[in-house]
Amino acid sequence: MTNHWNDLQHTDCALIIGANPAENHPVSFRWLLKARENGGKILSVDPRFTRTSSQADIYAPLRSGSDISFIGGMINYAIENNLFHKEYVAKYTNASFIVKEGFDFKDGLFSGYDEATRAYDKASWSFETTEDGKPEKDETLQHPRSVFQLMKKHYSRYDVDTVTTVTGTPKEEYMKVAETFCSTGKPGRAGTILYAMGTTQHTVGTQNVRSYAMLQLLLGNIGMPGGGVNALRGESNVQGSTDFGLLFGDLPGYLGAPKELPEHATLAAYLEKETPKTGYWSNKPKFVVSLLKAWYGPNATKENEFCYQYIPKGNKNYSHIALFNAMYKGELQGAFLFGTNPVVGGPNAGKEKEALSNLDWLVAIDLWETETASFWQKEAGSDPSKINTEVFLLPAASSYEKEGTVSNSGRWMQYRWKAIEPKGEAKADMEIIHMLMRRLKGMYKNEGSPAAKAMNALYWNYGEHDHPEFDLVAREINGYYTQTGKQVENFGMLADDGSTCSGNWIYSGFYPEEGNLSKRRDNKDTGMGNFLNWSYAWPMNRRVLYNRASADPSGKPWNKDKAVIWWDAAAKKWTGNDVPDFKAIVAPSDPGGTNPFIMTKDGVGGMFAPTLNDGPFPEHYEPFESPVPNAFSSQEFNPTIKVWDGDFNLKGTKKQFPIVATTYRVSEHWQSGSMTRNQQWLSELAGHMYIEMSEELAKEKGIKNKDKVIVTSARGEVKAYAMVTKRFKPHTINGKIVHQIGMPWHFGYKGYATGDTANRLTPHIGDANTMIPEYKAFLCNVRRAD
Amino acid sequence: MVEINLNRRQFLKLSGATAATLAVVELGFNENEVQAKTKEFKIAKATVTPTICPYCAVGCGILVHTKNNDVVYTEGDPDHPINEGSLCSKGTTIRQLFTSEKRVMKPRYRAPGSNKWEEKDWGWMLDTIAKRVKETRDKTFVEKSNGVFVNKTEAIASLGGAALDNEETYLLAKMMRGLGVTYLEHQARI
Repeated sequence: MTNHWNDLQHTDCALIIGANPAENHPVSFRWLLKARENGGKILSVDPRFTRTSSQADIYAPLRSGSDISFIGGMINYAIENNLFHKEYVAKYTNASFIVKEGFDFKDGLFSGYDEATRAYDKASWSFETTEDGKPEKDETLQHPRSVFQLMKKHYSRYDVDTVTTVTGTPKEEYMKVAETFCSTGKPGRAGTILYAMGTTQHTVGTQNVRSYAMLQLLLGNIGMPGGGVNALRGESNVQGSTDFGLLFGDLPGYLGAPKELPEHATLAAYLEKETPKTGYWSNKPKFVVSLLKAWYGPNATKENEFCYQYIPKGNKNYSHIALFNAMYKGELQGAFLFGTNPVVGGPNAGKEKEALSNLDWLVAIDLWETETASFWQKEAGSDPSKINTEVFLLPAASSYEKEGTVSNSGRWMQYRWKAIEPKGEAKADMEIIHMLMRRLKGMYKNEGSPAAKAMNALYWNYGEHDHPEFDLVAREINGYYTQTGKQVENFGMLADDGSTCSGNWIYSGFYPEEGNLSKRRDNKDTGMGNFLNWSYAWPMNRRVLYNRASADPSGKPWNKDKAVIWWDAAAKKWTGNDVPDFKAIVAPSDPGGTNPFIMTKDGVGGMFAPTLNDGPFPEHYEPFESPVPNAFSSQEFNPTIKVWDGDFNLKGTKKQFPIVATTYRVSEHWQSGSMTRNQQWLSELAGHMYIEMSEELAKEKGIKNKDKVIVTSARGEVKAYAMVTKRFKPHTINGKIVHQIGMPWHFGYKGYATGDTANRLTPHIGDANTMIPEYKAFLCNVRRAD
Repeated sequence: MVEINLNRRQFLKLSGATAATLAVVELGFNENEVQAKTKEFKIAKATVTPTICPYCAVGCGILVHTKNNDVVYTEGDPDHPINEGSLCSKGTTIRQLFTSEKRVMKPRYRAPGSNKWEEKDWGWMLDTIAKRVKETRDKTFVEKSNGVFVNKTEAIASLGGAALDNEETYLLAKMMRGLGVTYLEHQARI
């Protein structure tokens, strides 16, 4: 989240799209209801009339997979009706930049597309620069090659009629959403966009989010209290685990993992290639070297490139889908699972289960015997005698049986005290990791092979016994001066010469000499509901990101009732209700004083994003499996996604599978259900897998409520109860009726509440930038079971 | 140690006492009996520890009441600025994470071709896993490729971590990169 949960109370309008917080983040909703008490509006856009929709002022349905069409139409509406925040757009975004000649867009393709590689040469997606290398600008936004004019032209195709033809939204409802939300374009008003997996789990997931960011920049809503683009994250520490680099492409703190490339062959070459010349990321070498010092300790010296060579360098995409493809082909030998259950939660889960039997060994660390840990059992549909995988199941401690911090969606790093000893023989994951590493380091100690050298260099100094010293880990994450051992104050103090270490620079500042700030429990409101003395928010305890943009170029808040920070001319610094997300002493009149987006190269928000794989502007493409042709171009689906071959990724046709399907969650269960289906009360509250469908579809198929039905896709089938509701309505797409069904994805065969796994139906296809699977829009068919 | 703002809790306790006195006057209860019952309340003399909910990322505060090495009660933390004491159905039931009979109590091992789990001790499990990791890693480790030091193994994968604490995810990332693992993924991807 750019903002945080309490901040929702300040919004004038919340557009909730691809999320259902009333169901899945229930407590957050109290802040939305508070916003409404203050006169704010709540809009719900969803294929299904959800619990959130029931609390909304306006509900607008859309077909799964048509978000860019929906938002593109709103961008067009805001521009055509002059509802956007002109000064903000001209000064704080790259709308004024001039794009080089040669940039083009035709029939769904941007310039530079190569059909053979399904990839773009992005050379033509760049800006004209002045002699000193700065982007050429036209703040009147009139230049025909200005980003603004190109954007205007691009989205002029997204007129209301075309848009609603694609999304299936009744025109009247669409107009209400567009009018209400675009009213926040007025300077001083704030609108927020809340989204979750309904947005991201698409082959255009990244561009869905991009379209929200563009709309928010256009309306001047980023940096404002009650504004922002807010991802409602679904797991207690999925924010933290991402921050700490548990995805193949990133080291902790979003430092790109080096690759097997000549330009990454040395630390100097890597830093030269990957460090932008301008913007805050120009400090990257300090963060990288401090990380290497945290990982390799005294072994990391200037002479040996701070052990940079030991960082593994990959040469391909190693993401979840690729990983299971490799496993399916027998390329992997062993795997660790830390509290994860892909046999229920993975795309094309039935095939992912099969892939596991190609492993020699599998280590599952969990509180429960999950469907994945027991994939070899008869009840999983396996023949144990034919599966040679050794499986190790290690009992893990629950969240309050150990100490540690978790980072919520609003980036608050909150400490959890240990309430009780772990149940039975369970141990904390940290202890398990530490014990394994101690054994491995012991085994390699006297060896000299390349594999041993890399291992021996790693600095693992958390105590000489099986129970690691928690405090030493916490201190290393913040970082300290390597000479004195004193904690660094924050990431502003990190250096690239080996004099500091920090395990994750974006968190640096949470543990200065005075103590661990994540433990703070002072709940006095320090102003605007920011609670600056409660826990710690990364970065630098800032609660509203990009908050410089909540003030006008002269440093005065756009709205005195929505003041976050402002320029105090007498004191010559930025001050206010939050930690400035800006250099505190840079005056509005100083160079860069009106550039609020300090992390970007040019200091402004990106209406035009020349770095993404599928284009600088979001463009509507149909899902990989779609019931209709693309109304915007002859490109059916995203032209840059990787299409996997083989029987792992079978594709269904609309003839065989005419119904759109999506997955969702219920309040009583959590993710793959292992945490909740193993408890009695929650299992009783939501005990059955079901397929939700409209009354119209049920009638067409002769299905009654509670009948057993079978849903099939190109990947598999599931059997469950029918739940016939008014919450789904057939969409009218280009004059034709398109049915959509939905189902929870929490179920499996273990625990108290069992049921068929929805993900046996979902495709193994991912987004062009992130490879997140397209769980939220695929094709199926449904029939009565008898 | 834990610093909980006790003011509101003390207030609740006080108002509870007032209500008990009133009950005796108005309803004719025996005051001594009421106090005796109060002492038997599950949470009397329990230790209160603040935690953060393990489910979604709203990050609600919860108080865990423990006594005699058991979790006797959990409730929303009234001092927490986000939830101010309220919780959803999942947050309300976190006591059962401890009390559920489905918890795995001891390490379990499944041998190749076997149709059952065997219980093993931690020492054997950790030693055997470390051995498997080393064998696989040594067999598949690549130091250099195309003239670049790559120091990797593409034969081991690590999945998961979104439910782990930050400090654990940090050590997990350090361990896996240290081993040379490139197939490093977790729930944020899916």
